[in-house]
Amino acid sequence: MANERAPKAEAVWERRDLLTGCQAVAEAVRLADVDVIAAYPIRPYTEVMDAISKLIADGQLDAEYVIADSEHSQFEIVKHASSVNARTFAGSSGTGWCYGLEALVVTATDRLPVLYLVGNRALDDPGAFGVEHNDAMMVRDVGFLLCWVTTPQEALEHVLIGYRVAEDKGVQMPMAIAMDGAFLTHSQHMVDIPSLGTVRRYLRRYDLSKRRMHPDNPISIAPQVNEDWVMELRRQNWEAARSARTVIKEAYREFNGVFGDRYTNPFFTEFMTEDAETILIGLGTVAAPGRTAVTRLRAIGEKVGYVSMRWFRPFPTEELRACLGRFRSIGVIDRDFAHGSPDDGGILMEEVRSTLYPLDNRPVVVDFIAGLGGRDISISDCMAMFRLTQQAASQAGMDGFVKWIGLRE
Amino acid sequence: MANRQSIEYAKIKGVHDVPLEEFYTSGHRTCQGCESAATMRGFIKVAGPRTLVTGSTGCMYVANTSYMTTPWIVPWMHTQLGASGSSAIGMAAGLRALMRKGKIPDEEINTIAHCGDLGGGDMGLSAISGALQTDYDLLIIMNDNESAANTDIQATGLTTFGANTTFTPPGKRIHITQRRWKKNLAGMLAVGHPTCKYVATACATYPTLDYLRKVRRALAVGGPKFLHVYAPCPKGWDYHPRYSHDIGRMGVLSGLFPLFEILEGHVTYTHDARRQREPVEKFLMAQGRFAHLTKDDVRYIQKMVDEMWEEWDVPGVVPTKGSLKT
Repeated sequence: MANERAPKAEAVWERRDLLTGCQAVAEAVRLADVDVIAAYPIRPYTEVMDAISKLIADGQLDAEYVIADSEHSQFEIVKHASSVNARTFAGSSGTGWCYGLEALVVTATDRLPVLYLVGNRALDDPGAFGVEHNDAMMVRDVGFLLCWVTTPQEALEHVLIGYRVAEDKGVQMPMAIAMDGAFLTHSQHMVDIPSLGTVRRYLRRYDLSKRRMHPDNPISIAPQVNEDWVMELRRQNWEAARSARTVIKEAYREFNGVFGDRYTNPFFTEFMTEDAETILIGLGTVAAPGRTAVTRLRAIGEKVGYVSMRWFRPFPTEELRACLGRFRSIGVIDRDFAHGSPDDGGILMEEVRSTLYPLDNRPVVVDFIAGLGGRDISISDCMAMFRLTQQAASQAGMDGFVKWIGLRE
Repeated sequence: MANRQSIEYAKIKGVHDVPLEEFYTSGHRTCQGCESAATMRGFIKVAGPRTLVTGSTGCMYVANTSYMTTPWIVPWMHTQLGASGSSAIGMAAGLRALMRKGKIPDEEINTIAHCGDLGGGDMGLSAISGALQTDYDLLIIMNDNESAANTDIQATGLTTFGANTTFTPPGKRIHITQRRWKKNLAGMLAVGHPTCKYVATACATYPTLDYLRKVRRALAVGGPKFLHVYAPCPKGWDYHPRYSHDIGRMGVLSGLFPLFEILEGHVTYTHDARRQREPVEKFLMAQGRFAHLTKDDVRYIQKMVDEMWEEWDVPGVVPTKGSLKT
């Protein structure tokens, strides 16, 4: 993987440190010179706020750090700070993210580029701290940028890329960076940390321009419009989400230019897919056992590969269609659920299938509901998923088949 | 911050000292006799143009700010129903960070959030409490028309006992369905936030200039401030719009709505209802929302009001009883 490379030059990379996913994001918040941070505790995302508060206390970051009374307040605080032209950061997990959902929705419709960390966590009830992706998925349809990262290094870099994309004049949308609770939020990796000067070369200053709240710019924001104008305003949000795909490509091109060639494809990462007939596709840290399973199956001559999805909103429709269309069968790993949905599978499967729909020769798509509530998805689980996906290619009636992995029955 | 540009206000001694400029002008669609609109017009008139305002959902959003006909001359932004406190924190924190880091000029800018009794007194209470614990210069103004007036007059936690609302209609079996006593909001916030320097209640139009002076006083005091403004509503309280000011005055003079100011811990009564109180009956019977009350109901309300002024440890503010006697 491109982002596991050693530092290229001293000028770009300042130091190397052993960091968790949360700590890596905190470092990026420092590098991005964020102005206002609103914190409220919930496992597992909360470690990022612990780390940021220490950076501020130690004088490494100059920012207002507000301890909010709830997630709703947390997200309203950053929304309004963003509207006065401050760069902002917040985050949450699980039902905490849901508690603030009203404030998240209006941040999207107000087109304010707040950046959030979602430490993916199972929704209550019953209580579980482990990963499930349904929390972050709550914002997938309301005008959010949404991506998943798989290593602390990628997390750090995507905070910078995230601000670059979210604050772009043609985008101005809130951005959620999701990472698997525990597996990434709390696992340590070696992280290359860039210098402040390099980050400044990449990340421009946040400027809402004519939309900022300031006495010198007396505007009314979000007045009551009713049926007169909602259609047109929704259309503007739609255009922003659509054009974000182009801006994302620009942002990675610039990133590669400043930091060295780190990303070949902004939207997803392919592993041993070149001549593959069967692949698994998933979001987040399941890429690790997925890739190991690929390596083992390749060793015995099986034509398999793995696609790790990064960007979920905007969805990389064209790129993913071109990529996936060449395989015989695809196994989607859903660490989420969509009860009562068309195939009673998961969210990612529905999106992948509808992406493939226009193709004349569609690959067979099967779905695996796996790892809910933080249950481990092992290498042998991934091997079993590959076997089933391979079988599906030659067995009639398997398209849309859903299998729960490791379920006690 | 030696070079900081600060806002200088002249003292409001009489009506002639009230600024002529309006910053809340035509364009709104509030009802005739709307005292909440008077609350809006008043605070921004005396706060002036170096002010940012957020307004949480309610009739002062829906009726006030229609697209392309906004009455606000100053920057104004909608915030969610329960977010007056958090929106004020957000603006103030953003400004402080940007000024400290030299990203915008360092100057005094007022941050004011307005909310209604449903948004502020019920849903947004936690966020207001959070705001009053900070050290940001912010002011939260709650216009209390004792109902969710935007959604067709539903009872809130601030509605007077016995009132007829669409959630609490009198019926054949139960003649009073509004059985909750009005939340003691300003007292609760003052007592609960030891470092908050200013909490006050006011009526938009009575006594003359009192509300405007309180807004100025609040803005002059550092830190977070809360102002609870009594705002009669002709539609919801069911009386002719021409009597709005009178209804407000009667509510104050009967002692039903205590008028006080707590500045750095010192309580001052704007109207001292311990000394003199008009009977609540006069106030109640002037409004259609109380038309179904019996003599016994009125006696009960009178008893509660008397208790508030005669038995509370801090009359009209703190409802504990007798702790000072032991």
